[in-house]
Amino acid sequence: MTIKQRRARDELAAPEVVTMSHGSGGKATHTLVESVFVEAFSNPVLAPLNDGAVFRVGDRELAFTTDSFVVSPIFFPGGCLGDLAVNGTVNDLAACGAQPLAMSAGFIMEEGFPLAHLRRVVDAMAAAARQAGVAIVTGDTKVVERGKGDGCYVNTSGIGLVDSRATGLSAGSAVAGDRVLVSGPIGDHGTAVLLARGELGITADLTSDTAPLNGLVAVMIDAAGAGVHVLRDATRGGVATVLNEVAAASQVGVVLEEKALPVRSEVAGVCELLGIDPLYVACEGRMVAVVAAECADAVLASMRAHPLGAQSAVIGNIESEPQGLVLENTGFGGSRVVDMLVGDPLPRIC
Amino acid sequence: MRFVDEYRDQAKATALAARIAELCQPGQHYKLMEVCGGHTHTIYKHGLEHYLPKTIELVHGPGCPVCVIPMGRVDDAISIAQQPGATLTCFGDMLRVPGGKGSFLDAKAAGADVRVVYSPMDALKVAMDEPDRKVVFVAIGFETTAPSTALTLLRARDKHVTNFAVFCNHVTIIPPLKAILDAPDVDIDGFIGPGHVSAIIGCRPYETVARDYGKPLVVSGFEPLDVLQSVYMIMRQLAEGRCEVENQYSRVVPWEANPKAVAAIEATMELRPHFEWRGLGSIPWSALRLKAAFAAFDAEELYEVPGVRVADPRACQCGQVLRGQLKPWECRVFGKACTPEKPIGTCMVSSEGACAAFYNFGRLTRLAIATAGRS
Repeated sequence: MTIKQRRARDELAAPEVVTMSHGSGGKATHTLVESVFVEAFSNPVLAPLNDGAVFRVGDRELAFTTDSFVVSPIFFPGGCLGDLAVNGTVNDLAACGAQPLAMSAGFIMEEGFPLAHLRRVVDAMAAAARQAGVAIVTGDTKVVERGKGDGCYVNTSGIGLVDSRATGLSAGSAVAGDRVLVSGPIGDHGTAVLLARGELGITADLTSDTAPLNGLVAVMIDAAGAGVHVLRDATRGGVATVLNEVAAASQVGVVLEEKALPVRSEVAGVCELLGIDPLYVACEGRMVAVVAAECADAVLASMRAHPLGAQSAVIGNIESEPQGLVLENTGFGGSRVVDMLVGDPLPRIC
Repeated sequence: MRFVDEYRDQAKATALAARIAELCQPGQHYKLMEVCGGHTHTIYKHGLEHYLPKTIELVHGPGCPVCVIPMGRVDDAISIAQQPGATLTCFGDMLRVPGGKGSFLDAKAAGADVRVVYSPMDALKVAMDEPDRKVVFVAIGFETTAPSTALTLLRARDKHVTNFAVFCNHVTIIPPLKAILDAPDVDIDGFIGPGHVSAIIGCRPYETVARDYGKPLVVSGFEPLDVLQSVYMIMRQLAEGRCEVENQYSRVVPWEANPKAVAAIEATMELRPHFEWRGLGSIPWSALRLKAAFAAFDAEELYEVPGVRVADPRACQCGQVLRGQLKPWECRVFGKACTPEKPIGTCMVSSEGACAAFYNFGRLTRLAIATAGRS
């Protein structure tokens, strides 16, 4: 049997269905987005596939984004479903160079979900919204039968005003010579949630990094204006996935220095034990920035002066070759490809 | 990080690389096989080949437990998972292994209860927590993981658990090594021997490789400096005309077997007369099955499985890759029809598989060579 025949037979035998890989933020998610959603919804505002959509209203640009949260467990060290849901949307807007104007919140709750838990989630949302300086102005609630959901899922949408000095921000705006920065240690959120599930019997002093980054982005734009070329919120799939998207959209090579990557020793240890690469582990309060070389020092200084960017670092460079690939110079002295994630080592992390 | 950074020291690697280069005879080409998939992963993840002279070629061996599972066994496990009340538990890297009729992930998406566990004890815990489910653990791996399956079986028996079974696919390391050495067209100069398997079986079983086949073997750790030092030790043996089993990984591996681990295996499992290895074919007395005393926990006794031998796709060359006859990129479907997201062969599935390791981490070297070739 040839491979083509086998594939055809497999597809007949097992019609394609959604698998957990489609939720990983990696290759399978991209394939799904491209082949199902982009094909159906195709329009110029959607086309750049950034963290949020940016469109013009009068003489200003608005950013608009939505995100759903299915994290398990709902409460974890450093945060919960509630603050995660607000910060996630605030950060998607921040990655568009926007300050949030208003947000919505939608709740899908399972019959039997304790009201006390719901109150904790909602209180955390209110606190996170206050911290980000945004109001939750509309919402929706739905209830599904017991067994048809997993406690509570939250969707948030947000609308924001794009800083007029940062209108060119896009994954496709990186150019050779730019520097790659990250706003703090990577992989904290994913690792904290993984440990909170208690399946591994590992304990570590780790908390999620969930935080609203609109204030941090504001000081970065103050420091460099249009010198900030790309901002991405390194959530699902981690820093590696975000940078693969940049490499592909900008048709550039991204070269990382392993020794420059900020990784807490607790995260490094857990990842080492489990055979996971921290580069692929989700953050919920870390911005990845690609900035013009001449602005890099100023942007780094502004980030380090901000409480949510004290451990910011330059982690690599943008080069003209090899196009579409992320490489890493390893701490050992070799080099390797840092590909997009296939499959998901840590499902339902946000 | 302590106990990790020490083994990734760039200055030590540079010094070791210089000593390796000194041991290379002019005009001679060396082919060393790293038996274990964990070594393959280390080599690509850290870019270890950067430190080796062009005349030393590393070829990848059969020691990836996921890669050697034939398609028929995947189909058997899926058919167990599809039976009413069954919960299939497995290690995460089994999820995407293609069988003749899809993977565990496909079966899960189609409604089967497939769960990832980190150890067989976790699978037993699922069985004890959910007495209504019939929990089957898909046991894979060399002697490295067999003791944990064995201890779980002993615990299950002691606790009188009646809804737990093991689908045993444990294999042993010496028979495939011999199969590779017995093949007529293999020209390997030395072996980087498995590390964690050897923590169980010790170094003594490899003596046949040195004595009967005349090939040096160095049992190696998994950090990049471990592998580099093992290459140095093999090259030194070759330069000095010695042929021995040496132990680079002495901080973990003893010369003799771990008696407790071996006793647990022997209490619960025995060699089976035949087991089909992906790409290597059937190798007699190369795999383990549960002993008759554990029939109540043996999924092969409890469930009707198709037990059909499913031929590998014709274009798939996993067998030659596993025997070290082909480099991953020389396979005719590598990176084209066969990629980590749609693997045809098992070598493309696990991060320890030679093809996946190379596809994920190592393509750069080949890209550089290809680019240099063009210019």
